[in-house]
Amino acid sequence: MKRAVFNNNWVAAAMVAPQLLIIFVFFYWPTSQALYWAFTLEQPWGGGNTWVGFDNFTALLTDDLYWYSVQVSVVYAIGSTVLAIGMALILAVFVDRQLRGFKAYKIGMIWPYAIAAPAVGLAFRFIFNPGAGIMLYFNEVFPGIWDPNSNGAHAMTMVIIAGAWKQVAYNFIFFLAGLQSIPRSLLEAGAMDGARVLRRMRDIQLPLLAPTFFFVLVINITDSFTDSFGIVDTMTNGGPARATNLMVYKIFNDGFQGLDYSGAAAQSIILMLLVVSLTVVQFRYIERKVHYT
Amino acid sequence: MANISIRNVRKSYGKGEVVHGVNLEIDNGEFIVILGPSGCGKSTLLRMIAGLESITAGDISIAGTVVNRLEPRERGCAMVFQNYALYPHMTVEANIGYALKVAGLPKVERLARVKAVAASVGLSDYLDRRPGQLSGGQRQRVAMARAIIREPKVFLFDEPLSNLDAKLRVQMRHEIRRIHNRIHATSVFVTHDQQEGMTLADRLVVMNKGVIEQVGTPEEIYDHPASTYVGGFIGSPAMNFLSGEVSAAHSAVMLGDGNRVEITSGIATQNAGKLVQIGLRPEAMAIVAAGRGAFDASFEFAEELGSGRLCHFQFEDLTITVLSSDKPALEPGMMVGIKIAPGAVHLFAADTGKRLAAGVATKKAKEVA
Amino acid sequence: MIERTPLLNIATHVILLMGLIMMLFPMYLIFVAASLSLKDVSAIPPHVVPGDQLWVNLSDAWEKAGFGQKFVNTLIVALGVVVGKIMLACITAFGIVFFDHRLRMPIFWCVFITLMLPLEVRIVPTYAVAANALQPFQVLLDATGISWLINWASGIEVALEWNLLNSYTGLIMPLVATATGTFLYRQFFLTVPDELVEAAKMDGAGPVRFLREILVPLSVTNIAALATIMFVYSWNQYLWPLLVITDQSYGMVAVELGRLVPKISSTGGEVAKWNIAMAGTLIVMIPPILVVIFMQRWFVRGLINTDK
Repeated sequence: MKRAVFNNNWVAAAMVAPQLLIIFVFFYWPTSQALYWAFTLEQPWGGGNTWVGFDNFTALLTDDLYWYSVQVSVVYAIGSTVLAIGMALILAVFVDRQLRGFKAYKIGMIWPYAIAAPAVGLAFRFIFNPGAGIMLYFNEVFPGIWDPNSNGAHAMTMVIIAGAWKQVAYNFIFFLAGLQSIPRSLLEAGAMDGARVLRRMRDIQLPLLAPTFFFVLVINITDSFTDSFGIVDTMTNGGPARATNLMVYKIFNDGFQGLDYSGAAAQSIILMLLVVSLTVVQFRYIERKVHYT
Repeated sequence: MANISIRNVRKSYGKGEVVHGVNLEIDNGEFIVILGPSGCGKSTLLRMIAGLESITAGDISIAGTVVNRLEPRERGCAMVFQNYALYPHMTVEANIGYALKVAGLPKVERLARVKAVAASVGLSDYLDRRPGQLSGGQRQRVAMARAIIREPKVFLFDEPLSNLDAKLRVQMRHEIRRIHNRIHATSVFVTHDQQEGMTLADRLVVMNKGVIEQVGTPEEIYDHPASTYVGGFIGSPAMNFLSGEVSAAHSAVMLGDGNRVEITSGIATQNAGKLVQIGLRPEAMAIVAAGRGAFDASFEFAEELGSGRLCHFQFEDLTITVLSSDKPALEPGMMVGIKIAPGAVHLFAADTGKRLAAGVATKKAKEVA
Repeated sequence: MIERTPLLNIATHVILLMGLIMMLFPMYLIFVAASLSLKDVSAIPPHVVPGDQLWVNLSDAWEKAGFGQKFVNTLIVALGVVVGKIMLACITAFGIVFFDHRLRMPIFWCVFITLMLPLEVRIVPTYAVAANALQPFQVLLDATGISWLINWASGIEVALEWNLLNSYTGLIMPLVATATGTFLYRQFFLTVPDELVEAAKMDGAGPVRFLREILVPLSVTNIAALATIMFVYSWNQYLWPLLVITDQSYGMVAVELGRLVPKISSTGGEVAKWNIAMAGTLIVMIPPILVVIFMQRWFVRGLINTDK
């Protein structure tokens, strides 16, 4: 809150009006529509919607396919997050040492962020293609060892690797910034106290990186529920046999291919609640507890 | 025996050299203050002793061992940083004990020693707090405790008092001196505050632009400054400088307009004809009736100091300040005489600023003021 | 500081090199694939050195996928999003920070909440809105009886419709509708010293003038930061254009990538032309990569400031 303000509130109104208008039309209205559809069912031959209360939700929550999709999403979330965070953290900590050539390493780790999800999907689909390239080579030697086209676990692995690869750049940027915000004098004091490089990493850098770490953790998990569409669509289309049918993909499928608006809307609501609660957890519990200054 | 020997030390960052061939010998148990303005290289020198900066050329030895290649932890130095550099996520107790923990000391013994040191700096009640919950002075003490507990050969201080308010600074200054008197470790203290340097130092090292201008006790430096720089830097209010030419014939330094400051004939003959700068400290001059001092000047205004007045006078094209403890009634524009106390004239070469003679008596010690 | 850790330094370089290879190797493979002929790209053992078909494949991909038009489209959309987002964010943050009125906090929260739900989570209803962007207003008018009133008074039937599908507006609007840039601007405006505002007021400047002549010039680095991330973000849009565009003359590059290779689920028996597909991937990747590399500092800064 600034102390010095202008007094013409009409100007203020004019300033915020455009954005408010746009977010009303493109955010709040669709969200309310989703709620509307989730609680109603469209009449088969036109004539509007009838209120069905929580029926759509119950149908979902008793649907095995839905729970399977949730399970798939959770596996993907955990897998890609662990990989992406682990790699990014290690890389960031070592780039931060600022040995010779670190600027080149830094750029090398950052630019993958610019790559679109479908590009990542296509690239890894090509690389992991069982019918060509390196994987074909492995399959010739150990037949059937790699078949994402029919083996669900293989498909999931492929998708997780692609998703994690894409996320590493983002995480790396944040970890590096977090590390560089630690005053150098703390590390010098540590050195004077007798701690060598690895010890300083353990005792000083990593604990002070905790806020950034938790922030990145929540963002990764949240993003894995939403960002994954491009990768799944280009790599597996949710298959084989729905092994990679992430929640967001299922919504797309049901809503746009299956034309089940109510079901898709109900799923959207659940997904929204999930994402919002993760964000709330991030803000209220984690940020508070983990700040030292 | 933790003496420090600095021989021909140079430091460059890339093409730019910031420390140009420094030589210094520090005796065991001495409290040395390195004094100078920002950018003069004092912190760089300190950090080279600590091992936080590499030495481009020259040698530094601690207790007889050349330490150029040694890591900070191998040198036996402890450092108090300007911003204290306390570990924000650890308690005071953990902060103080960290070095011992790294060294592998068992917990019980470590705790005992932490408690002892904390008591000696008055922090016993704060062991469970985090640095964020402490005041500036308390944080400073934690930084000191962290250094003391290691029982180092050498204590290094990098402007530790700069972030404190004036009153606290004076208090902490005394603390530091008290601790030094108790422990007698070799200490190197860096500051830009000349008063701090004067009160703390056994010996003072004045640095400017990467070179040492003068080394000596505070008294020596005050009474016999080696250059205009040292003269102008040490002592508050600052020294006045007047330009002139030495005349052997008149046994004086000729200023403009027929004004002159008389000096002993021996010195005058020695430096005959040279262009010089005369250094005069404000407290070494007195205000007398016009015509009855070494020269006359016209009064401009006075700063009230409480214990005295700092009077500003216009002389030739310069302003001269005179510190006077009695408070004469003066009007702007009024002409007065400036009397110079015996042994108060410092003579410096005009081109190099180096001292030609210090503490020269003015021959014209005419009368009682 | 002086550290004698030769082993650790070697280990550091090894780890970083491995990391770099892991990040770059897929790209290298893409590059290699894009430069091989169709026969070579499916050969066993796989070729790992680039061939000479790079330009052939690139132009092939460009033609086949119609990248010419699509580049233009994506550029228009990206620029539209960048400009729109920056302008909106700037004035909205201005309205929130530099004025004091009762609605300030509610408006702030309204905008803040949009941060929590990215587009993917609300695709279904947002699509419906794009089909008729004026529908909310239609509903409001109907619900409040105003449209009935208008009908009764003048015989004009109020039927608002504005179809945003297959249009640039439809592509740009929903992407502009979240609060990311607004928070960047808000944070920045909060750091502007009060004295600056007071000095401007004393000089007789009104709020709009203050915004235009003082705040905007000050925020140039913010603009650069926001522009880079928004450019990359909109250039890489996949899901939304997929839904909203059926007329390929409006197609966007990222979506086109998805069409370069037949889907796994398709049964058409089409042979995947991986070399062309990889060439296409290269084409699509270049602009945002260039932006990220050359605007690296702003980009990183923008990312950190918006998301934190």
